[in-house]
Amino acid sequence: MSVNLTLLTVMGALYACGIYLLLERSLTRVLLGLMLLANATNLLILATGGYAGLAPFYSKDTEAAAYNDPLPQALILTSIVISFAVTAFMLGIIYRTWVLARQDEIQDDIEDRRVAATPSFDAEDDAVIPMETSEFPLTMLGADGGGVSDAPIPDSPVPAGGRDISGEAAAREEKPGSATIDKKPEGGGT
Amino acid sequence: MSLTSLAPLAVVLPILGAALTFVLIRHSRAQRAVSIALLSLTLLLECLLLASVWNGGTEAVNIGGWLPPWGIVLVVDQFSSLMLVVSSAVSLAVLVYATGQGMADGDQDAPLSIFHPTYLILVAGVSNAFLSGDLFNLYVGFEILLTASYVLMTLGGTGPRIRAGVTYVVVSVVSSVLFLIAIAMIYGATGTINMADLAIKLAELDQGTKTLLHVMLLVAFGIKAAVFPLSFWLPDSYPTAPAPVTAVFAGLLTKVGVYAMVRTETLLFPGDTLNTPLMIAALLTMVVGILGAIAQSDIKRLLSFTLVSHIGYMVFGLAMSSVAGLAAAVFYVAHHITIQTSLFLVTGLIERRGGSSSVDRLAGLAKLSPILALLFFVPAMNLAGIPPFSGFLGKLGLMQAGIQLGTPLAYTLVVGGVLTSLLTLLAVARVWNRAFWRKPEDAEHPDPVLLADATDSPAGLRTGKRGLILLPRTMVGSTLGLVVLGVALTVFAGPLFRVAGQSADAMLDRSEYIHAVLGQQAPVPHLALNSALNGSAPGGGGK
Repeated sequence: MSVNLTLLTVMGALYACGIYLLLERSLTRVLLGLMLLANATNLLILATGGYAGLAPFYSKDTEAAAYNDPLPQALILTSIVISFAVTAFMLGIIYRTWVLARQDEIQDDIEDRRVAATPSFDAEDDAVIPMETSEFPLTMLGADGGGVSDAPIPDSPVPAGGRDISGEAAAREEKPGSATIDKKPEGGGT
Repeated sequence: MSLTSLAPLAVVLPILGAALTFVLIRHSRAQRAVSIALLSLTLLLECLLLASVWNGGTEAVNIGGWLPPWGIVLVVDQFSSLMLVVSSAVSLAVLVYATGQGMADGDQDAPLSIFHPTYLILVAGVSNAFLSGDLFNLYVGFEILLTASYVLMTLGGTGPRIRAGVTYVVVSVVSSVLFLIAIAMIYGATGTINMADLAIKLAELDQGTKTLLHVMLLVAFGIKAAVFPLSFWLPDSYPTAPAPVTAVFAGLLTKVGVYAMVRTETLLFPGDTLNTPLMIAALLTMVVGILGAIAQSDIKRLLSFTLVSHIGYMVFGLAMSSVAGLAAAVFYVAHHITIQTSLFLVTGLIERRGGSSSVDRLAGLAKLSPILALLFFVPAMNLAGIPPFSGFLGKLGLMQAGIQLGTPLAYTLVVGGVLTSLLTLLAVARVWNRAFWRKPEDAEHPDPVLLADATDSPAGLRTGKRGLILLPRTMVGSTLGLVVLGVALTVFAGPLFRVAGQSADAMLDRSEYIHAVLGQQAPVPHLALNSALNGSAPGGGGK
């Protein structure tokens, strides 16, 4: 099978420009890069059909060897239609990006950055448990949160899981099955 | 006229549904009815197809009366029909879930009128890719499902979705271009794109050309299937889409890539030339993916990483190119489609009930909504591979095949697989401990719905403030259906493994496929795999 050299050169140039543009951060250039890549591929498919020949199925007298291979052209037609649809969609997305963010750039994933910045210390898993959490606490308190224990309720905030909660709330959490906990964050901490 | 000649309907029915729902775009009730009815009909048809090849056999359907090496051919065998049934069952469940969500929320968040036609086109693309016996038709199937997925991914056009959508679209288009280049080169080298014909003609090429074409196809499919070095795009893009869309993407799209890889490895390029690189890629996919999952605090991102990680298991089974390995991989694909989708659907429910999908902000859901806890717990344990669930059976099959193979690399992969399984358990247990078990007071900035008094909700179904139904019955019901399907895969694992084994046998043998497409007199090329097993493999040169 022989191939057209001009076609190959153009194809190579299109691929090179396409890949270069694809690596840009601007969305419009990325789109142009994708279009060039799609067209370069169309040329590649065309090249697989060999040299231009006679039109297939046109006349009964044509030798089989003189026909042009029609299949690559059918494939190209399909791929043109597909790349057309994708290009239209990309343009829509780029316009939407412009409307939303007033910029035409690929944006970073915020959640990625957040996870990367998260320290390896996890309050839930790794914190030293600050107080006695057994079912039989040392500070026995009455139902109202004060009273029978001889241990005084600390005045200053108590560290709990990387945060500080008020001494009163900490003491109440100590009580087994404490029903006095408010349905608020941090056990009713102020 | 056999039953399998109805195979094109698996593609045509969803497209017909897409056209009808597009016409009915202003009548959401009719739209829902049409899409659910047509998808159910498709599922029924595919069940019949599966039943007709249940005991083996491969049937080819010529489209438009053109004979196989030239015309497009659809091939129904055990593997493709099993994939069809599982994928349609899953997509039907997700469709019901999505309509439930749409009915509960109204159309403000997502323009649901465009959802139905696009979704049905996605299903048609998936069916086309599974059935295709022609490389270019496979490409078209991929493009149908990808283009539909672009629209679904950016549904509503909010900022995060557009941002994620751009990455997704660009990566997918690049992979499609690679696939198309590979097709062009294959056509240039052999003059055919019929897969059965290629199976014969590719064997005649010299080893260098074969390796080039093989690698190009694997890279193109590897991007779609999210195999490790090519998987970076998936956790960035999937989590931002609406819950049902993420669920169906996670279940189906990567598996279509895996399916194409299986066909490439077994039908087009049999033998073990690239098994070692594939095994290393599988190991890295498993380990790197699951390490990423552990670092995440958002459930949807965590699940996206486990999705990447578990693709590694399927590639592992495929890379062993033994009947046992391939059978386990086929079973694992069916299992993983169901489980991963149900987990994403449950996450959507968690987000509705708890106001967030971040494990830091969730708490106490086991008490607030026991049904939700059950719906999460069963597939999560299934994913982690706890006996007796299907995840355990699939992994067990893979491990057995790996030990049977007995090479040092296979043993490494077995160890890596067990490790990944344990780390998966760690990741899902972390979600379970935080979102379901701990007290709401311990969460960071919990949503007010978590702290509201739970006594007035008998079954977790309740109306929150703003009149929004937190857990609509259709959404819970469809998720439950999918979880039950996952359990059913466990119960019927015996027959399924038998079918998977037979299909693996047929795929590695290839003669059935080639004869079904090209006729009984077609020559089946000598298998490189067999010669390797007989110890007479040449050092890499052509024959």
